[in-house]
Amino acid sequence: MHLAYPAVLAALLFCTGVYGVLARRNAILVLMSVELMLNAVNLNLVAFDVWLSRTARDTLHSGQALTLFTIAIAAAEIGIGLAIVLAVYRNRGTSDIDRLRDTAEGHEPDGPESEGAETDGRDSHDPDSDARTAGPADRAGKAEATA
Amino acid sequence: MTLAAAAATAAHALAVPASAAHPTLTTAAAETHGFLSPTGVEVAFLLVGLVTFGAALVTVTTRQLVHAALWLVVTLGGLAVEYLLLTAEFIAWVQVLIYVGSVVVLLLFGLMLTKAPIGRSPDADSGNRWAALTVAVAAAAALVWVVVDAFRATWIDLDGPAAGTTAVTGASLFQNWVLPFEALSVLLLAALVGAIVLSRKAKAESSSPPVNSRTITESSPSVPDSRNHTIGGNGPVEGTGPAKQEGAR
Repeated sequence: MHLAYPAVLAALLFCTGVYGVLARRNAILVLMSVELMLNAVNLNLVAFDVWLSRTARDTLHSGQALTLFTIAIAAAEIGIGLAIVLAVYRNRGTSDIDRLRDTAEGHEPDGPESEGAETDGRDSHDPDSDARTAGPADRAGKAEATA
Repeated sequence: MTLAAAAATAAHALAVPASAAHPTLTTAAAETHGFLSPTGVEVAFLLVGLVTFGAALVTVTTRQLVHAALWLVVTLGGLAVEYLLLTAEFIAWVQVLIYVGSVVVLLLFGLMLTKAPIGRSPDADSGNRWAALTVAVAAAAALVWVVVDAFRATWIDLDGPAAGTTAVTGASLFQNWVLPFEALSVLLLAALVGAIVLSRKAKAESSSPPVNSRTITESSPSVPDSRNHTIGGNGPVEGTGPAKQEGAR
């Protein structure tokens, strides 16, 4: 088999994943695109391992071992990522990643807000920080929900 | 999805006699193989690759979130077939078990826990999708050009004993890669504990001052409430909000 077939397919899948990461808004869809990118890398690893095991008499099989490690790390990553997304959704009521801009720079000069920790200070700042980024209709909804 | 699965099985069935007839054919055609005379494995790889790439494109462009997860199943299954065509069977079955079996199920659970009104969501893509498309197309063009130019005259020899059988993979994994394997098990344990800690409800907040504790205890278990006012801010799906909330209670 020509080596260009799996290599080109892996490149196309990786760029599809790049588009998904950049263009999607929901955090879970972004995680799916990250999975696509990881799978493209896995395909490259397997193809080059099969090639090297014949051409260079490689008996270490590092490509397949790395593929197994990548699959395991991807499983761990999706578990942790979904736990974080669910925690964010429970605190904020949304999982759109372009609404979570508490650590954005240049908009407000007030002090740094603690991100991720469930402290009381962050929770009392919550409607204000969301109202800066969302519209005034959303501000009313937030105020009702947290009152 | 059934069409894609049928195409994958058809391509795989096409690959089996081709690889069976391969050893007698390659010795004669080892010097003359090229793009104009693809072998059966290459044709099968190309067809399954087209299905995989198409499913990946639908995954990142569809506006129905659950359909995106289901097309991701097609993509990952197609990649498993590609691993089988590359004679890496253990990786293929691990791919089917872990990705198709658990990761997609986790993603579906996540979608249903966060995005309860299932259906078309018009705000699935953010505003910078044209910039993202530009970046992705430019990266794809550059990568494909470089890869084709670099591996123009390189062939994978798929004959003889398979390079990725379970025996070979297990031997190399437990002879050469034992220490990373054990470290990986520790990492999986840490991820398990971390996921449990992250998704557990915080108990320490109940001893905080009454105003904030009332806020937290009202807002955290009642997920339908917070979901409802989020939908109200999004506009087009606003009409389905109260009905969904009634159904949820």
